[in-house]
Amino acid sequence: MTAALNAVTQASRVRIGAGAGYSGDRIEPAVELAEHGALDYLVFECLAERTIALAQQARRANPELGYDPLLEARMRAVLPAAVRNGVRIISNMGAANPLAAARKTASIARELGLSAMKIAAVSGDDVLDVVRQGTYRFEESGDSVADYDSRLVSANAYLGAEPIVDALEAGADIVLTGRAADPSLFTAPLIHAFGWAMDDWNTLGQATVVGHLLECAGQITGGYFADPGFKDVPMLARLGFPIGEVDADGAVTITKVAHAGGRVTEATCKEQLLYEIHDPRRYLQPDVVADFTQVRVVEVAPDRVRVSGGCGTSRTGTLKVTVAYVDGFIGEGQISYGGPGAVARAKLALEIVRERLEITGVATSELRFDLIGIDSLHGATLGERNAEPYEVRVRVSGRTDSMEQAVRIGNEVETLYTNGPAGGGGVTKTAREVIAVQSVLLPRELVRPSFEMVEA
Amino acid sequence: MKLRQLAHSRTGDKGNTLNVSVICYDPQHYDHLLAHVTPERVKAHLSDVVKGDVTRFELPGISAMNFVLGRALGGGVTRSLALDAHGKSLSSALMDLEIPEP
Repeated sequence: MTAALNAVTQASRVRIGAGAGYSGDRIEPAVELAEHGALDYLVFECLAERTIALAQQARRANPELGYDPLLEARMRAVLPAAVRNGVRIISNMGAANPLAAARKTASIARELGLSAMKIAAVSGDDVLDVVRQGTYRFEESGDSVADYDSRLVSANAYLGAEPIVDALEAGADIVLTGRAADPSLFTAPLIHAFGWAMDDWNTLGQATVVGHLLECAGQITGGYFADPGFKDVPMLARLGFPIGEVDADGAVTITKVAHAGGRVTEATCKEQLLYEIHDPRRYLQPDVVADFTQVRVVEVAPDRVRVSGGCGTSRTGTLKVTVAYVDGFIGEGQISYGGPGAVARAKLALEIVRERLEITGVATSELRFDLIGIDSLHGATLGERNAEPYEVRVRVSGRTDSMEQAVRIGNEVETLYTNGPAGGGGVTKTAREVIAVQSVLLPRELVRPSFEMVEA
Repeated sequence: MKLRQLAHSRTGDKGNTLNVSVICYDPQHYDHLLAHVTPERVKAHLSDVVKGDVTRFELPGISAMNFVLGRALGGGVTRSLALDAHGKSLSSALMDLEIPEP
């Protein structure tokens, strides 16, 4: 695109909504945004750290799967209003198979009678082969990745905004990615709409603030915030998802649909600004190192908060790669005790299970004994200061090398029914394979993102 | 008084590291909280959970602090045996911290 044409098409303000904060999130708030948000873009962030590994396993079982399990439900619900109102959609619901997700979305669009839609599938984040061929060490443990070779499930680089911008420039109505940095799903349409340079570090830093604030959807409109009597939030069952009104310099006003539940205040915005941040001077992203320390947060009207002042410095030479691997099994069992002496009986139950696991030779590398209601969340020092609770739930969990051993942990809790303290009830037990993740830093030139367009 | 009366908080997770924000309702209390909500006190208060170092970052522009807690998630979210593997509930534990009246 020439500079002159670019100048003509540049927007003065962009309205961007967040339609999901995680894979299983509510769907109606996204429909509400598509219908009433007067949006230019609607973004769905649906890919937690290890979700892509589970998706990769699904793809290996069926090459046409491996995308977000709720893709179909979301697209069916949102597409009619989005198309009617000219809202373009961006999402990482492509997970381990963006191309299959794009094909599925195209078929849904056709079924809904929507035609002439362009759906882009961004690929290039899958770097399992690259990681396997190199000599890398995990950032967290320092272990050599090669030592995990037989257990590796997936390795995906956090892509930046560029392939999404390219797809939007090519006219995509919907862009589906696999692993991309969450804020990049939001910065990409802003870069596209405003024509920002990819070395305008301060603007990209502020754009990262916008993306970071919006990426968890309801967490900035009053979700994950309410604390009755201290921080009250109205209508959480009808929580509205956020809208960012972004100006050409990146400054944003966070708001919501007027009749939706929740609230947008300086407090909700500040909590989300620092969510999952370590050093606020150096928030590492694929396209920029963002600095949040100069950010200003000002409520300009009810449910309208202005956030500006984010800045940044040049991007690093590496991209973060999340590597997932099979990490043994976890078995767990729970049982409840209530009424007088509940805690004493629960403690007796824990002692019995501890001894049973020894007697029966269940091989564990790590065991944990909790009293839910007392010490399971924050430990015994804080948990045992208060008066004895009326009821308490015993929980035993352990790490094993085999599913068979993991199952036996829950079984030893279950046998408390007829062999343990009086009045135990409500046993549950689970055993599962563990997919764990660590990260590797990969030279960015080894990652080559691209997109493919599917037409509906 | 409890920290909860002057500030609010949210916890986030990454790998085996937690961050817990402490945000003043009233900017006038920021210096008071800086003096009394120190990394040492946070580490002592959450000693059963936090096995690593506690680092405090200051954000005076929004009257907030950000505490980064090392080795706080039982080996990491994806492999932890804990009930709250993400450590999401830890912000509420910090709000129980006793501080002097400003």
